[in-house]
Amino acid sequence: MKAIRSNRVFSAIAVATALVVGGPAFAFTACQVTDTGGIDDNSFNQTAWKGVQDAIEDFGIEGRFLESTAETDYEANINSLIDGACDIIVTVGFLLGDATRDAALANPDQPFSIVDFAYDPEIPNVLGQVYATDQAAFLAGYLAAGMTETKIVGTFGGINIPPVTIFMDGFVKGVEHWNAAKDDAVEVLGWNLEDREGLFTNNFDNLDDGRAFAQNLYDEGADIVLPVAGPVGLGSATLADELGIDQLKIIGVDADLYFTDTERQHVYLTSITKRMDATVRAVIEATMKGEFEGGLLVGTLENGGVGLAPFHDMDGLVPDDLKAELEALRVGIIDGSISVSD
Amino acid sequence: MEKAVSGRVIGRTQFEDLVLVPLYAFVAALVLGAVVMFATGVDLATIGQSFVALVRGSVGSLNAVSETLTAAAPLVLAGLGLALGFRAGLFNIGAEGQVIMGGLAAVVAGVALGGMPAIVALPLSILAGALAGALYAGIAGWLRAATGAHEVISTIMLNLISYRLLDYLLRTPLIQKEGRDDPISKSIPEVAELPRLLTFIDVNLRVHAGIFLMLAMVAVAYWLLFRSKLGFEFRASGENAIAARFAGINAGMTIVLAMCVAGALAGLAGANQVLGVLDRATPGFSAGIGFDAIAVALLGRSHPVGVLFAGLLFGALEAGGRQMQVDAGVSIDLIGIIQALIIVFIAAPLLVRALFPWGFRRGPSKKEGS
Repeated sequence: MKAIRSNRVFSAIAVATALVVGGPAFAFTACQVTDTGGIDDNSFNQTAWKGVQDAIEDFGIEGRFLESTAETDYEANINSLIDGACDIIVTVGFLLGDATRDAALANPDQPFSIVDFAYDPEIPNVLGQVYATDQAAFLAGYLAAGMTETKIVGTFGGINIPPVTIFMDGFVKGVEHWNAAKDDAVEVLGWNLEDREGLFTNNFDNLDDGRAFAQNLYDEGADIVLPVAGPVGLGSATLADELGIDQLKIIGVDADLYFTDTERQHVYLTSITKRMDATVRAVIEATMKGEFEGGLLVGTLENGGVGLAPFHDMDGLVPDDLKAELEALRVGIIDGSISVSD
Repeated sequence: MEKAVSGRVIGRTQFEDLVLVPLYAFVAALVLGAVVMFATGVDLATIGQSFVALVRGSVGSLNAVSETLTAAAPLVLAGLGLALGFRAGLFNIGAEGQVIMGGLAAVVAGVALGGMPAIVALPLSILAGALAGALYAGIAGWLRAATGAHEVISTIMLNLISYRLLDYLLRTPLIQKEGRDDPISKSIPEVAELPRLLTFIDVNLRVHAGIFLMLAMVAVAYWLLFRSKLGFEFRASGENAIAARFAGINAGMTIVLAMCVAGALAGLAGANQVLGVLDRATPGFSAGIGFDAIAVALLGRSHPVGVLFAGLLFGALEAGGRQMQVDAGVSIDLIGIIQALIIVFIAAPLLVRALFPWGFRRGPSKKEGS
């Protein structure tokens, strides 16, 4: 009876069937609870799940996942995994923060790891995975400012929470950096750094919203749009596909969408990658070795936790000068000579 | 309407209508669900494993029963409201919006009453939820009675308004959680929470006092519908509005009251969720309960006791579906398919009779549906 859910029914079953469980008993089981975008969202949840899949392939462990179809599922989903003898439970997303904390405090012997949440004070059985996404988004903003022909670029987010807005912060600062360096006046629609307000769909699963928000930004003159809302951005990509890439280009988030959204790969200028797959795999590996520790794991440009994906089909469109400037910026951010946070 | 030849015939027809059709619809939906799994490449062993998991996750352990009850409570509450509306001839699609307004009001009341003792704070918070739901549904009832605007359209529109209103209100300083920029409410203080019942056995057991609210409301709805003057007026208006009017029943008043009662029950469902399960309101907290409750009311044949069992079944499907994902790796979306199929079969009783001829009386029942 849930309309949002039904359009994913068949692809979700197809993915699920790839995971036929049973047969020999496994020595180690990694379990994951997704956010409402679902395991096959081509971006956020799928990237985190890829970390488990990589671990399955590399270490021969068993992996299980539970999809949250609503925010009411978080606690129930985590609960049913506590029953299920998981060696580590990975919860994916800032919005699962409270549910994960409650479960971790109630079950102190169960190791947890959460993507996109840092606890203060730390909880001994939870390892948070967070990402300096603004570093990569800064590069994307600079790139977008250098590529736009209308001198207007746009962004919108899923929900106004730190792991989303950090993309938008970096993006806007990257554009400002371009404006300062080139004495230009490229405008960013959709996010205001000062009052921390902007465009938000208030969900992470409605593709129609992604299309409508991109349409609004396009109508206001934006020719490059950065949707920071997981699968919602796929709706924006559909619009770009219909309008043509000379009218609208999309910057992907989380995964390199050129590879995960193959039907519309030509609309992506680049993607701001957030390598949750790498950190999730690392957490599983550490837990297998008995080296699990609560605390914080931070992905940066320097350690490859975040990055800017290649331009792929659009490589020829990006001027060589701009590529060189981006590389210089990247080095500058890593060595600290360029700050993305002020 | 059924022909009342004798008392026994009525009992038999009701038995077929209330028990056999839903039962067969459920079986047919399970079989078709298995076919869907098979068609999408799931092997037979996994299909079997997933049905075992469905049972295990819904009734197979104390935690499973706890989860089933937790999921059933809001569905039953909202389903009762819809059932009352159906009986009065009103097709209320707005339970989702009424759940949202009820939940939101319960949060506001709960936070505001944080300094009070539980004996005051909890009942008032629950009452606030019922009241908000009633008022919100009352808008659609009043529009229908005063202007003739059809309640299907107006309640759908009120749903859309409620989503945006929720987004907006969750970001007002009175409600929004301190230190957050996203729409999320403050936490409910402990005095206004529906207490969890079994945490002394295991801290992870989520079943809470809302199940008593659920049972009480089943009794109230039964009394209201079949033992009170108001319920008689609801039913009379639903069976034949023109006859009811000539019998001296105030049609406009009946519509408004029926919508208000339906909204109050949906509002209770919202209050139940925020006070018993979620501890706060967020943009998605209604989680489609108001829509699933339509299915629950239909499956329960708009009878309070039927709604109770239908709600328990849907709660069991939700809890069991989760286990299905864990044990067999089968997608939770399959549960959505099974729920939808149940409704398809319920809506087509003749199809069910054709597929499952066993247990139906020949003869009188064929004259049905006039």
